Amino acid sequence: MSNIILQAKSINKQFGAVKVCQNFNLEIEKNSLHALIGPNGAGKTTALNLLTGLIKPTSGSISLNGNDITKKSVNVRSQLGLARVFQITSLFNEFSVRENLMLAAGAHQKTGYRFWTNVNRDKRLLEVADEFLEKVGLNQRSSILAGNLSHGEQRQLEMGMALATRPDILLLDEPMAGLGPGGSAKLSELILELKHKMTILLVEHDTHAVFSLADTVSVMVHGEVIATNTPEVIKNNQRVQEAYLGGVSGGAEC
Amino acid sequence: MLLFIEQLFNGLQLGVMLFLMSAGLTLVFGIMQVINLAHGSFYMIGAFVAATVTLHSGSFLLGMVAGLSVAGIIGMIVEMTILRQLYNRNHLDQVLATFGLIFFFNELTRIIWGRQPLFMDIPSWLDGTVEIFAGIEYPLYRLAIIFVGFIVALFLYLLFSRTRLGMQIRAGATNRDIVAALGVNIKLLYTLVFGLGVMLAALAGVMAGPILAVEVGMGESILILTFVVIIIGGIGSVKGAFAGALLVGMVDTLGRAYLPTILSLLLSSELGETLSAPIASMSIYMMMALILAFKPNGLFPIQSRLDS
Repeated sequence: MSNIILQAKSINKQFGAVKVCQNFNLEIEKNSLHALIGPNGAGKTTALNLLTGLIKPTSGSISLNGNDITKKSVNVRSQLGLARVFQITSLFNEFSVRENLMLAAGAHQKTGYRFWTNVNRDKRLLEVADEFLEKVGLNQRSSILAGNLSHGEQRQLEMGMALATRPDILLLDEPMAGLGPGGSAKLSELILELKHKMTILLVEHDTHAVFSLADTVSVMVHGEVIATNTPEVIKNNQRVQEAYLGGVSGGAEC
Repeated sequence: MLLFIEQLFNGLQLGVMLFLMSAGLTLVFGIMQVINLAHGSFYMIGAFVAATVTLHSGSFLLGMVAGLSVAGIIGMIVEMTILRQLYNRNHLDQVLATFGLIFFFNELTRIIWGRQPLFMDIPSWLDGTVEIFAGIEYPLYRLAIIFVGFIVALFLYLLFSRTRLGMQIRAGATNRDIVAALGVNIKLLYTLVFGLGVMLAALAGVMAGPILAVEVGMGESILILTFVVIIIGGIGSVKGAFAGALLVGMVDTLGRAYLPTILSLLLSSELGETLSAPIASMSIYMMMALILAFKPNGLFPIQSRLDS
C-alpha cells in the first residue's frame, strides 16, 4: 500500500440536497500519470476541490503519503506536497513571468531572518525561478508581464508555478482547455517530460490527450468513479462508453 | 510668501497624518475586501494608551511603543475574532459590524479613561522651532511628523516592492485562493496585514496626541477624511493613498488659509467672508467629485479590481 500517494476513500459531498460526489474512491500510485475523465457535470472539478482542500467533504477521508489530510487547509496540503493547476487562468497578471515563479518558490521556503532580503537579489528565489523558466520553456519571456502572455504560454507558466513549489503530486485541471493545436502539443510534451518523475493527476475533458498520455484512467459519472483501468481497457469498457459517450456508437471523441 | 511656505508645510503635515491613516485602511480594503469603519478606533486607542504611558513614564518614545503595541494586539484579536467572520459577507454587514465596533471602543474608552480629554505634551527634545528657510521658523514637532510619515512611506514601498511578504500581500489582493494553493498561509497573512494597518493608524493617533486633544470620538473626525483620501487615490493602492493624502492635506489647508482672501477679492468682502468658510470645508469634496468625474476608479486604480 505504500505505493499509493493520494487516496480518497468513500467521499461524499452534498451542497444542501444536491449530491455532487457520492462514494467517490480514488487511489493514485506514486509516479504514475493518472487521468480522471468524465462528461461535463460529472463532478471532476468538485473532486479536485475536495482533494486540494478548497471544499471539505461531508463524509469520507483523504490521505496523502499515508497521512490523513481530510481536515487540512489548502495551504497546509500545498506544504505537504500537493500542487494544483487551476482550470481558470490563475496567474498574477501585474507580475512578470519571473516574479510569478518567484512567488511560488518563496511560498515554500522558510524565510526566517531573511524576510527583509530584497527579493530581486534573493538567490534562493532567482535560482528556482530560472530553473523552472527553463523547464517550461519561457526563458525568453521572463520579464514580460504574465497578463501579456499568450493563452498557451500562460498555461506553461501555471505549470511552472505549480512545479516551483516542488510538489510530490501535481493536479492538473483541464490543462488543454481552450488551447489551440500548437499549445496542446507543447503542453503534452511538457507533461510527457514530467511523466514518471512525479505523480500527476490529469483531469481532462479531451479524451484524445488522455488516452495517449495516461498510465491509468478513472472515469467519473454523476459524482462517482465507475471504472479505473489502463487506457486500453477503459476505451473498450461497455459501461464507460454508455455513460461517457451517452451510448453514441463509434465514440467520436475517442 | 513666508506664510504661504508655512501653510505648505501645514498641508504636508496634515497629508502625512492622513497617509498613515489611509495606508492601513486601503490595504485592508484592497486585500481583504473589508470596509473597516472602526479604523479610527485604533487611532484613538493608540493615542489614549500613548498619552497615559507618556504621562506616567515621562517618555514619549515609550508611550509610542506602548500605543503601537497595544493597538496592534487589539487589532489582531479583532481580526481573528470578528473580521474573519465578515470576509465572505456583503459590504452592508461589514459596515454594520464595524460601526458597532466604533460604539464598543468609544464606550470602553469612556469607561477606562472617563469623559475628560487627555493632553499630551510635546516631548522636550522635539519642542521648539527650527529655521527651515531664511526667516521661516517652523515647529520642530510638526517637522518630525512629516519626517516620520515619509519614513513610513519608504518602509511600505520597500516592504511591498522588495520583500517576499510584500509580494505575497500584492498577490493575495488579486486572488486569495490561488495564493493559498501555492502554500501561503492566507489567514496569517491577513492577520499580519490587518495588524500592520492598525499600527499605522495608532502611529497617526500617537503623533496627533500632542497637537490635538486626545478624546473619545477623535477617530471618527479623521475617518471621513481618510475615506476621501482612499477614494481619490484608488481603493487598495498604497501609492494612491500617499498621493491622495498629500492632495487632500494641501487642498484642505490651503483652502482654509486662502479662500477667504481670494473670495473677498472676487466678491464683496462681506459676502466673501460669509461664503469662504463653508466653501473651504467643501473644497476637498469638490476635488473628490472632480477627480472621480475623470478617473472613476481613483488616481491609481488597482488592476484586479477593474477586471472583476
